[in-house]
Amino acid sequence: MRNPTKLIILSVLAVTLILVFLFTDLGSNWDYILPKRTMKIISIVLTGSAIAFSTVIFQTITNNRILTPSIIGLDSLYLLIQTFIIFLFGSTNLTLMNQHVNFFISIVLMILFSLGLYHFLFKREGNIYFLLLIGLIFGTFFSSLSDFMQVLIDPNEFQIIQDAMFASFNNVNTELFYVAFFLMGLATLYFLKFEKYLDVLSLGKDTAINLGVDYDKVVQRLFIIIAILISVATVLVGPITFLGLLVANVAYEFLKTYRHRVLIFGAILISIIALVAGQLIVERVFTFSTTISVIINFIGGVYFIYLLLKESRA
Amino acid sequence: MIKVKNLSKKYNDKAVVNNVSVNIKKGKITSFIGPNGAGKSTLLSAVSRLIKHDVGEVMIDKKEINSWKSNELSKKVAILKQSNNLNVRLTIRELVSFGRFPYSQGNLTQEDWAKVDEALSFMELHDIENQFLDELSGGQRQRAFIAMVIAQDTEYILLDEPLNNLDMKHSVQIMKVLRRLVDELGKTVILVIHDINFASFYSDYVVALKNGEIIRQGPTNEIIEQGTLKEIYDMDIPIKQIDKCRVCVYFA
Repeated sequence: MRNPTKLIILSVLAVTLILVFLFTDLGSNWDYILPKRTMKIISIVLTGSAIAFSTVIFQTITNNRILTPSIIGLDSLYLLIQTFIIFLFGSTNLTLMNQHVNFFISIVLMILFSLGLYHFLFKREGNIYFLLLIGLIFGTFFSSLSDFMQVLIDPNEFQIIQDAMFASFNNVNTELFYVAFFLMGLATLYFLKFEKYLDVLSLGKDTAINLGVDYDKVVQRLFIIIAILISVATVLVGPITFLGLLVANVAYEFLKTYRHRVLIFGAILISIIALVAGQLIVERVFTFSTTISVIINFIGGVYFIYLLLKESRA
Repeated sequence: MIKVKNLSKKYNDKAVVNNVSVNIKKGKITSFIGPNGAGKSTLLSAVSRLIKHDVGEVMIDKKEINSWKSNELSKKVAILKQSNNLNVRLTIRELVSFGRFPYSQGNLTQEDWAKVDEALSFMELHDIENQFLDELSGGQRQRAFIAMVIAQDTEYILLDEPLNNLDMKHSVQIMKVLRRLVDELGKTVILVIHDINFASFYSDYVVALKNGEIIRQGPTNEIIEQGTLKEIYDMDIPIKQIDKCRVCVYFA
């Protein structure tokens, strides 16, 4: 099977799932349910694309297929911000507090953090692995801080935080869409300038420099794009970067190419399929008794064990 | 011409390359030799902008290396490092086509593909051009990477230990290709090499480094000489003349 055919199959599957999600079991209140479902589907498509997209770029610049952008600690930073707000102001204040404020504080802090991390490290010898290592340590530090505050607060308040700890499409704030959409659009437009470098970057740093890529600059810009995409996706639905690892690797396995145009597109489609299918199962089979993270982690885990077994036999 | 002037590179206060000046002649093969840790690879990496030097300057055709545009420089100078482990699965033809990136930015024209074909036939890789790199032997892989560098069509070709892990037959094959690159296509080749006999047989000039400094440089027959080699390697190396070529007998 050729790659265009594979992409068409993926697209058809994604569209079918979306239609199934939108139009089955509509019931009589369709004028209420349909707009709600549409919003949900848009948020799924947005976050799914952002995660798939940024994970593929991240794995290319790190030349490593088992890393996800969560390694630089953005997920933990998000949880820390949420915990800290509740720790300081209490959950009642959080609900009163404008959602937009929370959204902007989180996004700005997360992007600033990644830029600060990057800037600080790249003023010295530019080594991407050093950056990851520091990010890893920061991530652990953030989770420990969050844990510490979570232990201190009232158990009822803790439940509110727990809500934030799992990715969920059930309570996405629709008003924030436009902002998220806008930010992601900007990041994507900016990315188009660097798209051509990705294939070369996957050959490794030395070869990329040899072939005329201004390595430090290009990697820095890509890193900024990743930070924006991940931050927006996380703030919109919660920590969800685990999904990237799964869809990126499924895309590599399924498409078997080095061309990023195909890979990114494929990974985005696979991501949408996984999320919509997962959401369908959560809503229609388990009737909301579980979250989509659980389902995707379960399927992803099984798939990874399969990959490991297959690799070890070869 | 490549001119290196007073170049230094330090890692944590330890000077790996210390105040090195050297001129590389056009249209010749220049070999960097010297014991492990002499700074050969570091010097080569600095000349090819893979690492930034601390002090001094590298002039490539009368222009400082840092003032070259990255893309322009990649049409002038090509570097091949010693370890080329790829994370992606490519065929030989795909790899060689990457050599055209500086010109095509990924969208190869007919002219680019013609250059790719030329490089493939120069390295005699046409028969196996659709095989994947991870299915090849070390010698074939090395030839594929050299083909990529040839497709890049640069005036200067820098190679870091191109004979690493190759057997005699493949080593000779590679060295003959480098000689042809210089004699037939007029390229300038600079390589780091450990086996002084290959340096003696195939290079025009030899630059000898030790402890980050150049201790001798000159035409090959001036360097491949018992007294000089003793100075470089702290070893007594007898030299035999066989058909106009000097062979170093360094095994005992």
